[in-house]
Parts: sequence; C-alpha cells; structure tokens
Amino acid sequence: MNNPLSVNRIESLYRVMLRIRRVEEAIAERYAEQEMRCPVHLSIGQEAVAAGVCAALTQQDGVFSGHRAHAHYLAKGGALEAMLAEIYGKAEGCCKGIGGSMHMIDLAAGFLGAVPIVGATVPLAVGAAWAARLRGENKIITVFFGDGTFEEGVVYESINFAALHRLPVLFVCENNLYACYTRLSVRQPERPIHTVAAACGCKAMTVDGNNALAVFDVASEAVADLRAGSHPVFLECSTYRWREHCGPNSDDDLGYRPKAEVAEWKSACPVNRLATILGAMPEGQTFMENTEREIAEEIAAAFAGALAGGIPQQEDLPGYLYA
Amino acid sequence: MPEVNTRQITQAEAIREALEQAMAEDDRVILIGEGVPDPKGIFGTTSGLQERFGAARVFDMPLAENGMTGICIGAAISGLRPVMVHQRIDFALLCMDQLVNNAAKWHYMFAGQVSVPLVVRVIVGRGWGQGPQHAQSLQALFAHVPGLKVVMPSSGHDAKGMLLAAIRDDNPVIFIEHRWLHGIVDEVPTSPYTVPLDKAAIRRPGKDATVVAFSFMVVEALLAAKALADLGIDLEVIDARTVRPLDMATIIESVRRTGVLIVADTAWKTGGIAGEVVADVAETAFNSLRRSPLRVALPDIPAPTSPHLTKDYYPDALHLARAVVAHLDAAVPDTELVSRLFRSTPHDVPQREFCGPF
Repeated sequence: MNNPLSVNRIESLYRVMLRIRRVEEAIAERYAEQEMRCPVHLSIGQEAVAAGVCAALTQQDGVFSGHRAHAHYLAKGGALEAMLAEIYGKAEGCCKGIGGSMHMIDLAAGFLGAVPIVGATVPLAVGAAWAARLRGENKIITVFFGDGTFEEGVVYESINFAALHRLPVLFVCENNLYACYTRLSVRQPERPIHTVAAACGCKAMTVDGNNALAVFDVASEAVADLRAGSHPVFLECSTYRWREHCGPNSDDDLGYRPKAEVAEWKSACPVNRLATILGAMPEGQTFMENTEREIAEEIAAAFAGALAGGIPQQEDLPGYLYA
Repeated sequence: MPEVNTRQITQAEAIREALEQAMAEDDRVILIGEGVPDPKGIFGTTSGLQERFGAARVFDMPLAENGMTGICIGAAISGLRPVMVHQRIDFALLCMDQLVNNAAKWHYMFAGQVSVPLVVRVIVGRGWGQGPQHAQSLQALFAHVPGLKVVMPSSGHDAKGMLLAAIRDDNPVIFIEHRWLHGIVDEVPTSPYTVPLDKAAIRRPGKDATVVAFSFMVVEALLAAKALADLGIDLEVIDARTVRPLDMATIIESVRRTGVLIVADTAWKTGGIAGEVVADVAETAFNSLRRSPLRVALPDIPAPTSPHLTKDYYPDALHLARAVVAHLDAAVPDTELVSRLFRSTPHDVPQREFCGPF
C-alpha cells in the first residue's frame, strides 16, 4: 500500500468519490429551494462503481448511462458546472435545459449520453463499440445500468450482438437490489445476474461494488482484455442506494427495505472505506482535509456559476429538432 | 442542361442502385437487416452488395429488431451512416422504443450536439394473403413523431433519389416502400442524384379536384384520373412522396385552384395521415373548398388473409373513381367506369404473371 502508485490511486479514487458524494449532498440540500425543477436520482452510496470503472478508462473511451447518471458523468470527467446548470434548467446546461438531470452528456470527456428509458443506452453502447471497431478506433465503450435494466429484453439483444462480434464493450451492472421499491427477488429468479451474461458469451466478473480499489482492479483487467480483443465483459457490482429512488430524501420510512440491511450497507460506505485506509497513512489526514476543502470550494463556485446562468429561449427549440 | 442517361428499371433495381451508389460514395454507409446478404436479397434490393462491399459493411443481423435499431443508432452517433432494412414494416413495431425515444430525440434532447444519420427501410406488404401482421401501412405512427423524417416514394425515379437523399441526410429517415411498387418499371437515371425529402410532386395537372395520393395509391389514382378524363372529369393528382414533413404548400396551392380535396391513403382511415392532410387544408384554406373533403382509405379493420375476404379491402382505381364521381355528383354511368377500370387480373397480386408467395 505504500508504493507511490498505490497511494496516488487511493487518493484519486477517494477524491472522485468524495466529490460525487458532496455534489449529490449539495443537490439534495438545495433541492427544497424548488429551483431544480426536474427529477433527480442521486448516486450516494454507489460512488465506488463509477470511480473505479472510470479510473480504468482513458478519455477517448466512451461511457453511456441511464437515469442515475451523475456519478458516472462526474467520474468520467463531465463538467460539473454544466451538469448543475442543466439541473437548474439553464442555457449553459449540458443540454441547454432540454434534458435535465436524466440527460447528461459531455462529449469532450467521452461521456456519450445518459437517458432515462431503462435499457435505452445499452444497445447504443454496443453500436458505438461496433462503429469504433469498423472505423479502426482503439476505443472501449462502457455502459452503466442497474439490476432492473437487466430484465429488459433489449439488454439480451445487445449482449448477444456484442458477443457475436466480440465488440469492445464493458457492461457494468450496478446491482443495488431494488428497482424503485421492488426487491430483486421479486423480479428475477435466484441466480447471480452475471452468470446469465456469461451464458450469453460475455466474460463475466463480479466485484464488491462498494470497494473502489477492487472495482478499479477488475475494471482494469477487463479493459486490458478488451483492448486485447477479448469477448465483451460483463461486470456485476454489488452496491446500495442510500437515498430514495428519485429525489433528495431518504425513503426508508416506507419500510420497503429491512432496517438492518440499510444499516449494514451504510456501514460499508465506499467513501469511508478509503478514508480509513488514507487515515492510516502518513499525510493521509492532511490530504483528506485539503481534498474536502478544495471540493467544497469547487462545488460552491459551480453552484454559483450555474445559478448565474442564462435563461434558455423557447424559440430556439425547433432549431434542435433536425440536424 | 447536361444530358442525363436513363433507362427502364424496376423500383427494386432502383433501390438497389441507390444503395450501391451510396456505399460507393461514402464508406461510412453500412447496410444491415435480416436477410440482406441472403440469396433473395430483400426482394433483390440488396443483392450483390455484400459481394461488392464486403462483410464489414453489409450485414445480416440477429432477429432482434429493437436492440439492433439501438445498435445502429449507437453506430450513427459514432460516425457511421447505417441503413437498416425490415422486410415488413410490421416488424419495425418492435423498434418503436429505439426509434421514438432515441433516434427521434438524440439530436434534440442533447441540444444539437449529436446527430443520428440513420435510414430505416420498411416495406408495406399487400396481397397473396399477407394478412393482419404482414400488410399494415403504418406511416401515421412514425409521422406522428417529431424528429423523424418519413417518406414514401411511389416511382422508381423517386425511390432512388429519395433513398440517396435519405442516406446523405443527417437525421433518422423512415423510408417506406410498398411491395407492389417494387416490380413497377420506371425511367431512372444511371448516375447518383437526390430527390428532396420534403416536396410533393404534381403527377397530373387538373382543374376539377385535387387527389393527394400516398405510395401505391398514386398508381391507382393515375389510372382513375386517366379514365375519368375520358368522361369529362379532370383530376389533379399529387404524389405526396413525404409524410413528415408533409408538403402542405403544394397541396394547398392545388386545392385553391380546384376547390376539392380527396386524399387516397394506403392506411386505415381513423387517425391516418389522410385526416392530417384534410385537417391542415381545413385550417389553412377552408374558404377554398367547394365541397367537404374526402378520404379514401382502408376500412378500420386489419387486413384479412383469404382472397375471398380481401376483394374489397383495398381501394383500387375503380373504387377511387366511383368515390370521385359520387363526391362530385357527376353524371357518369357506373358502366363507363367499370368498362375502363375493371381489373381482370386477380385482385391479390400486382401482375397476372405473379404466382406467389411474396
């Protein structure tokens, strides 16, 4: 753990996760102001998957996501202020106010798009990987989705084609056990999700999705395999959503998740996990304090910038309909 | 004006030529569909293309219409220009999620940062027992969606020119063919050319009534117009060519001259595009109408299979001529129409020599 590469890795993963956590907390805190007038699906508790996977990718590699996309967007390098401006419905938003929280994009960062139809971006990721292959580009395409998405037929269709053509796709399934309020056991038979992907011709892997270092390691292995021309990789990450399915609050008062289960997953907090490691290292405490301060400053500035943004104009809308 | 070399070829050959020329001029164009490289080559419209352009540009595909549409959209936003083919438009219903939620919106919802240069060829079936799920005419479903372009050329000339235009276009285009148009021969230029994706064409000028026809109904409308001309009724026949956008300017200009609007559609009447044409004319040029508008369309029931049940299902030139005569209160004996337009060939095939199946 003490070699400089590892330390840098731990520090950077910690920074990415803490930044996501603090951004999401700031959104949650300010949501009651009624200025963010769109649904938000917060990633708190699931930061390690985004951080670990994206750390294994290059800027040229592409990422797609779904409705709960903030963590993936930020981890891939998406611009924070453009994301907040989008949630505030401002002209400077990453979709100029047309998309909102569920439609994130930052092409310069390789974040190729997120939309809220469950499963909608899974075939797009396969198509982007197919195009990269046909165009001779050395590019890996990652798509993040949840356990609920795995029930969509289009996911099977996408995996089948990716496996058939050995496309460089990294399917990342964040299994957080719930689709809205419905538990996995009510929706799928008792078998690990990744075994289905294996049977469909993917190289299947599974990892503790709250351990950013472990996620980074398996994702790095997957990425190396994909660059070497392996079968597509399906990575199942077990993790847990802390807040309500949609919105800034906790919904555990509804009683759909066992209290002990919630407590256990919260005790496995991905951010604290790395904080514990860093705390035991020389300079670790100082690093964390500095990081906390820098992130707070960045977030404050980003919110201020986003709120100061311009008003998008309705008359511009028809101009976006056709290229 | 430079001389244009043309020759007589079928519409299926014209479509094949458009694909070949599009692939030759732009190596980003790829072609995929169930049966594209197989020995029958989608009714001949894709024959030989894999041989010419290789297996890295011409693909067969798994029976996964929705997923493959998403995959083609993903390829389209990543720099390729896919052309998908469905042997029946009915199969494209499986793709509606990807077409409506993604293809139609990706450019708009990301404020113009991404475009989806995708062409989806779909073929409307008819006759020889195509039945409830192989003979639907679903243009109105696609045309309802902002962000899609929807075209249905009738002539071989337009099929080639509009397919080339669609492939060069940076937007998703639903290219609707009709199985009964594939075999019709037309004068088609040999070189690549485009026909606009937003312009109707006046096929036959006339002064007594405007008939706006879609796809195969253009063929029937021209037959009806020819017969009625002998009987003193002068129809103007407009080939709509496009469904979204509709070229209402051409239609309204015509209606202002004739004062009568008749729309002949290949689809069901209720909720169809014919109703949209009527509504637009009523809103824009109501005072030009001397009579109420008329829709000639399919009855509001799915196509049956048995030839005994399909006899009067599809309006043909005779049905259309009778409808025109009745609508105009013209004193034309029905026997005059029957003697000119009665179809002696079986009603469920495009030509007598056709011996099935499709």
